[in-house]
Amino acid sequence: MAVCIAVIAKENYPLYIRSVPIQNELKFHYTVHTSLDVVEEKISAVGKAMADQRELYLGLLYPTEDYKVYGYVTNSKVKFVIVVDSSNTSLRDNEIRSMFRKLHNSFTDVMCNPFYNPGDTIQSKAFDSMVSAMMVQVS
Amino acid sequence: MESLTLTDGEQKYYSDLFVYCDTDNTKKVASNGRVLDLFRAAQLPSEVVLQITELCGATRLGHFGRSQFYIALKLIAVAQSGLPLRVESLNSVKDLPLPRFVVAKNEHEARHTAMYPDSENQGPYQGVIPRPPGRGQVKKVSAHEVIQSCVPTVEPQLQPDTTSPVVSPHQSPPTSPHWRKHKRQASGGNVERQPVVVAGAVWTPFREAQAGPVVAGDGMWSAHSPPPVQESWENSSIRTVASASTTNEIQRQSSGGYDDPWKITDEQRQYYINQFKTIQPDLNGFIPGSAAKEFFTKSKLPILELSHIWELSDFDKDGALTLDEFCAAFHLVVARKNGYDLPEKLPESLMPKLIDLDDSAEVPDQAPDVGYSGSPVEVTPNKSPSMPSLNQTWPDLNQGNEQWETFSERSSSSQTLTQFDSNIAPADPDTAIVHPVPIRMTPSKIHMQEMELKRTGSDHTHPTSPLMAKPPDLSEETKLATSMKFVTANSGDGYSSSDSYTSDQDPITSVVSRQRSHSGNSPEGLKVVAAPPPPPPRPHASHSRSSSLDMNRSFASVPTGPQLAGVVAYPPAVPPRPLPTQTSGPHSGHRLDEGLAAHSTTSPQQIPEQPNFADFSQFQAFAASDQRSDDGEKHPESLPVEKSSEGAGPLRTVKSDNQEERAAATVNSAKGSIMAPPPKPVRRRLKSEDELQEEALPLKSNVIATVLAIQPSIPRSIGKDKKAIQASIRRNKETNTVLARLNSELQQQLKDLLEERISLEVQLEQLRPFSHL
Repeated sequence: MAVCIAVIAKENYPLYIRSVPIQNELKFHYTVHTSLDVVEEKISAVGKAMADQRELYLGLLYPTEDYKVYGYVTNSKVKFVIVVDSSNTSLRDNEIRSMFRKLHNSFTDVMCNPFYNPGDTIQSKAFDSMVSAMMVQVS
Repeated sequence: MESLTLTDGEQKYYSDLFVYCDTDNTKKVASNGRVLDLFRAAQLPSEVVLQITELCGATRLGHFGRSQFYIALKLIAVAQSGLPLRVESLNSVKDLPLPRFVVAKNEHEARHTAMYPDSENQGPYQGVIPRPPGRGQVKKVSAHEVIQSCVPTVEPQLQPDTTSPVVSPHQSPPTSPHWRKHKRQASGGNVERQPVVVAGAVWTPFREAQAGPVVAGDGMWSAHSPPPVQESWENSSIRTVASASTTNEIQRQSSGGYDDPWKITDEQRQYYINQFKTIQPDLNGFIPGSAAKEFFTKSKLPILELSHIWELSDFDKDGALTLDEFCAAFHLVVARKNGYDLPEKLPESLMPKLIDLDDSAEVPDQAPDVGYSGSPVEVTPNKSPSMPSLNQTWPDLNQGNEQWETFSERSSSSQTLTQFDSNIAPADPDTAIVHPVPIRMTPSKIHMQEMELKRTGSDHTHPTSPLMAKPPDLSEETKLATSMKFVTANSGDGYSSSDSYTSDQDPITSVVSRQRSHSGNSPEGLKVVAAPPPPPPRPHASHSRSSSLDMNRSFASVPTGPQLAGVVAYPPAVPPRPLPTQTSGPHSGHRLDEGLAAHSTTSPQQIPEQPNFADFSQFQAFAASDQRSDDGEKHPESLPVEKSSEGAGPLRTVKSDNQEERAAATVNSAKGSIMAPPPKPVRRRLKSEDELQEEALPLKSNVIATVLAIQPSIPRSIGKDKKAIQASIRRNKETNTVLARLNSELQQQLKDLLEERISLEVQLEQLRPFSHL
């Protein structure tokens, strides 16, 4: 369902980014980059209880012509961004949430790997396969 | 002897072979046994071998000196090339291929040479017991070559890998008892060639070289070759070979875990366990990620691969390695060093013994591209030094396994937790939707029932229709008492079924079933009720209540003879009964619900108790006057009050007033549910409750209504049949109890529903802030 999935580190550099349509990848990269601004804005806006919603789903960041961007932030300020094609039957919010949850779980597994240095690009095959599974659904 | 010119390759090869045969480590003389074995391995006819030995001068000398040995080898090459054996050919033949021993290929030569440098590295591993197969790769080749030369060509058909590994054990035993022992065991275990054969496929390149000989060699080897080979190995720099052999063996065992290249052999496991102990003395404990990282980094595998290995082996994703996980990781490292590609999923044999964690149904990546790159992979030398030789055998390997298993079970729990969490996610959307429904079962059922009842009730014709539909059935019911009981039973059943529904997770079906049951019950009940009150002209004018009206109609339509009789019996009693029954009814009905009360009132009414008559009449008066108002007011009161009261009889008197009101209310409710809108609005207040109860009691109310209808319809021939009256009284009492029970149940359901509602509201409140988008 997702057209593009990106994991951005705390310092706002990408740890992992993958798009389904290999072409036009740059467009998605750009989209993800611009969505970071929205994410930041939301993070600062949701200042209620610190860490209360930190880990949570930010929801639809902004819809563009033919896709929507959803965001999710973890406690450690790692951001997940999912770009979904609008032409798809609009996915339910819960589905997006579950996708983020899965992403988060896989990301946690990657983090648990002692051989992974935080800040490295994510090269875990398990993570890749999970992301691919989520993206394959698009087509 | 003629001078022998050898190429460098040949020189090297020959020297290797010589060393191999130099079991006495004389560096001068090759033991005859070895040499002969080697020659046999050359797959030459014995005559040729004899000729060769003669030509090289060994027969003269009686032993194989180095030069003789070399000449012999050259002659073997000549012979293998098909050239006639001539001394002159030694030097005349150019480009003579190296003598092949048992399918020894020239590539072995290359490998052989290539391996030398590696073999050196292997040295340190000598002391280590089952050296991870990885190491073995290179060594193996050299070992193989040597072995091959020594190996009698007896075993022709063993698969390549089998041969080499087989060799190792035999050779090892003499030297290092502890290891060899293990190896022996391992090799012993691997006597089965088939599995080796399978594994052999994996070991393509050099396996072939080893092809036939070694395997069968087990027995033979043990006979003679092992010791000499062993010694030669150890004495020579070809210690690596030994290690290779061990690794081979390990490999064989691991690879040939028969069909499972990933199986961990016992020696390997012991080795791993020992390594584990060095890091974590407690075998049931964990190795933290950092320690494991350091440990495995020493293997000099690329971090990416180590990361992948970690992902595969950390089964419960807890960032720490249990013994099982550690063994799996270690095994994967070894395999990787041996050139095995890492599987995408953890092979089954490596999975920790988790109980129900089977989701990943890991398909053992059995024959992954066994790119045995014969490339000299540096095994983790660092491990060996740190590790004491496997002197300490893990005595209770099984016990260890058990421990591991229990251990893994523990980890499995965490795994299950993890899995569970991840599984919850996708289910959330559904559960959010589903959960409420099942929880709502009872209410929904009740609701459904109520709806059904309402439907039946509202539709005058309708309620009777199911009822009427069953008249024939009712006709079967002859006894009034039975019919009454049937009613109660039905109602009871209906309600009990509702109870079952509550337990049932499928509200809809339960509701439906309940409906069905209720419908089944109600009509039957009604019929039963109807049965007794025959169609006789019931001036149910008094019972203008819709339900009663319907009942009347239904009764009228029910031409049940015997039942009619019973009904008739009823009818006569009706007139007086309505009051008492109504009083009792409402009160019992109230308990259950307004609707029920109404019905119940009607039913008891039908079996009026003389004493109640008065009450009832009063009630009726009340009802008439206070129906509407009372309904609304009484509902809440009645509900709790009724709930408390169970005994219809005693309550009746006690609550005569209430009953009257309630009766009115119930009557109203019955009416309302059926046709009187006014009461409905009042009820709407407690709609949830009322509806539930009303719906829950639709059948009962219908029954009661029918009873009521019957009663009023019955001509007031009061003192007609005392027996009938008493019977009806009895039945009414039963009905009352049933209704009371129903009422209590409904009350309970109502409470549950309210609780659920509250919880949902709370959840909603909690969620609201989250959904700020």
